[in-house]
Amino acid sequence: MGRAKIKKKSTFIDMTAMSDVTVLLLTFFMLTSTFVKKEPVEVTTPASVSEIKIPETNILQILIDPSGKVFMSLDKQSDLRATLEGVGKEYGVTFTPEQIKKFMLSATFGVPIKSMKTYLDLPTDKQDAVLKNEGIPCDSVDNQFKAWVRNARAVNADLRIAIKADQSTPYSIIKIVMASLQDLRENRYNLITSLRTTSEN
Amino acid sequence: MSAEVQESGNKKGGKGKQKKMTVRVDFTPMVDMNMLLITFFMLCTSLSKPQTMEISMPSNDKDITEEQQTKVKASQAITLLLGSEDKLYYYEGEPDYKDYSSLKQTTYKPDGLRALLLKRNREAVLKVNDLKQQKLNLKISADEYNKQVAEIKNGKDTPVVIIKATDESTYKNLIDALDEMQICNIGKYVIVDIVDADKFLLKNFETQGGLSKDIAEQ
Repeated sequence: MGRAKIKKKSTFIDMTAMSDVTVLLLTFFMLTSTFVKKEPVEVTTPASVSEIKIPETNILQILIDPSGKVFMSLDKQSDLRATLEGVGKEYGVTFTPEQIKKFMLSATFGVPIKSMKTYLDLPTDKQDAVLKNEGIPCDSVDNQFKAWVRNARAVNADLRIAIKADQSTPYSIIKIVMASLQDLRENRYNLITSLRTTSEN
Repeated sequence: MSAEVQESGNKKGGKGKQKKMTVRVDFTPMVDMNMLLITFFMLCTSLSKPQTMEISMPSNDKDITEEQQTKVKASQAITLLLGSEDKLYYYEGEPDYKDYSSLKQTTYKPDGLRALLLKRNREAVLKVNDLKQQKLNLKISADEYNKQVAEIKNGKDTPVVIIKATDESTYKNLIDALDEMQICNIGKYVIVDIVDADKFLLKNFETQGGLSKDIAEQ
C-alpha cells in the first residue's frame, strides 16, 4: 500500500540565541550590581525631593531603628579592622585574630564593646538574632557611639557619615546622635532618604 | 544552525560515502543555568541607590566669639516648632509670650508650610525659577546655574528659618521640614535644640492662652 511517508521531524529547538540573550543579561546584572547589605533591623527611610545620590565608598552608615537602637556599618574591611582595634584599645578589650576576622566579615555591627567578644564568638546565625536586640550605647553616661565614630574617622579621613533612620524614630533619639556627632566636630553629614516625586508648586 | 558543527568525513579512503557528521550542542542546560544566575542577581541587587540630603550643623565650639556668631534679624526669622502627632507651629520674628495667638499652627502639606515659605521667599523663588528656565534653554551652564542659585539663596533679604523639634516629633517631620527648605529655595536654615521658652509657647497655645493668663493674674 502506498502510504504517505510521514517525515520524522526533530523537536530540537536551537537554544543558542536564547543562551546569548541570557548571557548578556547576566553580564549586565553582574556589572551593575551592588549587593544589598544585610541590616539587622528593618528601616523605612522618609521620602524627600533631594536627588543627590549617596557615594558608594568611604561611607560610615549609622542605622537608627524606631526604638532608638544604633548600628553602624563601614564599607571597607581594612577600616573595620583598624576601628575595632582602636575602640578595643580605648576600652581595654583585646581581640583574637579569629574574632577580628569575624568582625571584618560582618555587614553591620552594634553591640556594646563589653559584650563584643562573646558576640563575636557566636556562630553567624546566632549573631543575627543577638544583634537585633543590641545596639551601640550612645547615652551621656557611656557614649560608645562617639568612640566608634572617632576611631573610624582616625582610620579613614575621607569618611562620610550618613544617617539612615526610620521615619517614625522620635526626634529625641536623633538629637542624641546629632549632638554626639557635633561634639566630635562632625558638622557635615548626610541623611539618607528615599525619592519622592512632587511637583514644585 | 549555529549550534551545529559540520564535519566532513575523511576523503582519503576511496571507499564509502562521504560521511557528514553533525555535532549538535544542546544549549538548554546552559540557558537554565543562566536563568538561575540572573534570578539570583536580580533578587540580590539594589538597583536604586538611596537618595541623600546633605546638611551641615552649626559647630558647638564654646570658643566662638560673639562677633563670629551670626545674628539674625527678627524680621527675617521664621521659627518652626515641630510638635507631636505631625503638628507644626511657627512664629515669625519674636514671639509675644503674652499672646498665645502669635504662635500659628500649620501643616506639612503643600498649602501649609510650603505656601508660607514661598510667600516669604517669593523674590528668591522667582529668580531661581527664571534661572532654571534659562538652564533648560541651555543659556547658562550647570556650574553657572549652581553658582547663581547659591548666591540668591544667601542673599540679604531671604528669610532665615530656625527649626526647633520637640522630643515628641519624629524623624520624618524633620526631613519633611528640611525638604520644604529645599523646595522653597531657602538657603539659610538651622536646626537648633528647643528651649523652655518655646515649650512654654506650645503649652500656652494648647491651653489657648491659659499659661499667660495665669502669669498676668499673679
